[in-house]
Amino acid sequence: MAELTKELFPVEESQQAPKPPPAPAPAPAPAPEPKGTPTVIVDDLHIIYRVYGATTDHEKGNAASALLRLVRRQGRPQMKEVHAVKGVSFVAYHGDAIGIVGRNGSGKSTLLRAIAGLLPPHKGAVYTDGQPSLLGVNAALMRELTGERNIVLGCYAMGMNPTQVKDKFDDIVDFSGIGEFVQFPMSTYSSGMGARLRFAIASAKTHDVLLIDEALATGDREFKRKSQERIKQMRAEAGTVFLVAHNLDVIEDTCNRVIWLHKGKIRMDGDPETVLAAYNKG
Amino acid sequence: MSQPESAIADAQAGGRNGGTPPRGKEPLAKLAQRYGLRRAIARPSLPVYLRQLWERRHFIKTYATSRNVSKYSNSMLGQLWQILTPLLNALIYWLMFGLILGASNDITNYAAFLITGMFVFTYTQRSVTGGAKSISGNLSLIRALHFPRAALPLAYTIQELQQLLISMGILVGLVLITQEPVTVYWLLIPVALILQSCFNVGASLVLARVGATARDLNQLLPFIMRTWLYTSGVFFSIQDKVVESANFPQWIADVMYFNPAAAYIEFMRDILIQSHPPRPGIWIVCVFWAVFALFFGFWYFWRAEERYGRG
Repeated sequence: MAELTKELFPVEESQQAPKPPPAPAPAPAPAPEPKGTPTVIVDDLHIIYRVYGATTDHEKGNAASALLRLVRRQGRPQMKEVHAVKGVSFVAYHGDAIGIVGRNGSGKSTLLRAIAGLLPPHKGAVYTDGQPSLLGVNAALMRELTGERNIVLGCYAMGMNPTQVKDKFDDIVDFSGIGEFVQFPMSTYSSGMGARLRFAIASAKTHDVLLIDEALATGDREFKRKSQERIKQMRAEAGTVFLVAHNLDVIEDTCNRVIWLHKGKIRMDGDPETVLAAYNKG
Repeated sequence: MSQPESAIADAQAGGRNGGTPPRGKEPLAKLAQRYGLRRAIARPSLPVYLRQLWERRHFIKTYATSRNVSKYSNSMLGQLWQILTPLLNALIYWLMFGLILGASNDITNYAAFLITGMFVFTYTQRSVTGGAKSISGNLSLIRALHFPRAALPLAYTIQELQQLLISMGILVGLVLITQEPVTVYWLLIPVALILQSCFNVGASLVLARVGATARDLNQLLPFIMRTWLYTSGVFFSIQDKVVESANFPQWIADVMYFNPAAAYIEFMRDILIQSHPPRPGIWIVCVFWAVFALFFGFWYFWRAEERYGRG
């Protein structure tokens, strides 16, 4: 895969070569880099999940068989390992908008989480410039709380300070368009309203490296247009964008490079037309 | 711990062991170094980690408060339950142990003795139990957002602290009703609470790491907690029961008073109840556990920082 990336960016590579190497130690993040510097390097990445509770047919989970297992000293058979990403390597450059396509379960979301530094690699490494962040705060929000409280909670969860929260609060309410419902618990929202508020909170922060996982298909048509615009704007501010989507049109519109993941490995990596054409063929 | 340590060593060594570096090309790790890119998952040094944690203090506080608010949001009485729950608990314990079982025979002001012990113990118990679930129960949050993971067990402890402050108000009220005089020693109440909170934070950090990988802990914890409750002298005086009634040697009682829960209970009783015979040196045990648990807890939790979230 590295060969492929090099073929894609031969000029930038050679232009950058004479640049004096920056100090490897915790040097302060360099000011806006010229296009062509790597921002994310994924080096032979393996991610293995451990799943509990998976059983095969002959080992039903009753107490007797559990005891038998202990006696026979067989270790934890309910635990299965899922090798979700198997040796992925690529280099992403400043200004790239990379679409990631693949079937369900091909490891797309796992790869994004690993780039964000949220899933520890089993082997290999991800190197990044700045802190990549996943667009999404759903997990931090609490359904029983009001929209107001959730906005504050979500902003803090993304690492804002109180002044930033105050600044952004009205923007978030306006953008989500939920109006006075902001004083109601989120559990009373319609699914569209909830999705709008979540997107509004998540997109309130600017990011160095932005990872978007299927965030575009929320809300009604009006909100879709608004959110697409917001994403474009975030893309302009962010150095590099990764986008996972099943809607290939979105990827074709927004990305300048597409990575096709298949069963945890890169099957193809290149410009959108070529890769998407091959992907559509199967 | 089924995660092979060697894999982590591999990852720390650059992840190249057994990997296939692209032939004839610069290895990616070198390229990354040349451009000053850093590992997405790298454990910061402990001082940096603590600073990052401090920067997240608003999140920790808001998360704790939000959890407390959402906990009672479905009930009609709402936040009133924060006061009602400890009151009802106190009433039940007093009925059970004071009146029916008659454990109160030798202890003057048994009501105050019991309720103090119960409230102090509950604070530690709930912090530790919450801490054990704080990582394993929040995997989706850990897999979605970046923050020092110690924020979660800390938030759980702070949530319990907020609850405890309400309980303390009730406790002080009840103690006054049982006609204990207000003494100058009451000024030590915050000190006792701070020391206990330090211990609770440390203990919940340790259990958070253990609970993140050992799934069976949550099944086991209720039994451990109940044993702890019965050995901490909540319902009886350790000195009376162990040495005077059962004729065990004194050192067994001394060992039992070294139990942090027993020490914090004893300390609070010394402060609040005048007729309670003070135990010399109990504050040393309290300070020791607070300092030891806090330092060990942060160090132990931080050591596995980059591994939380694998599930």
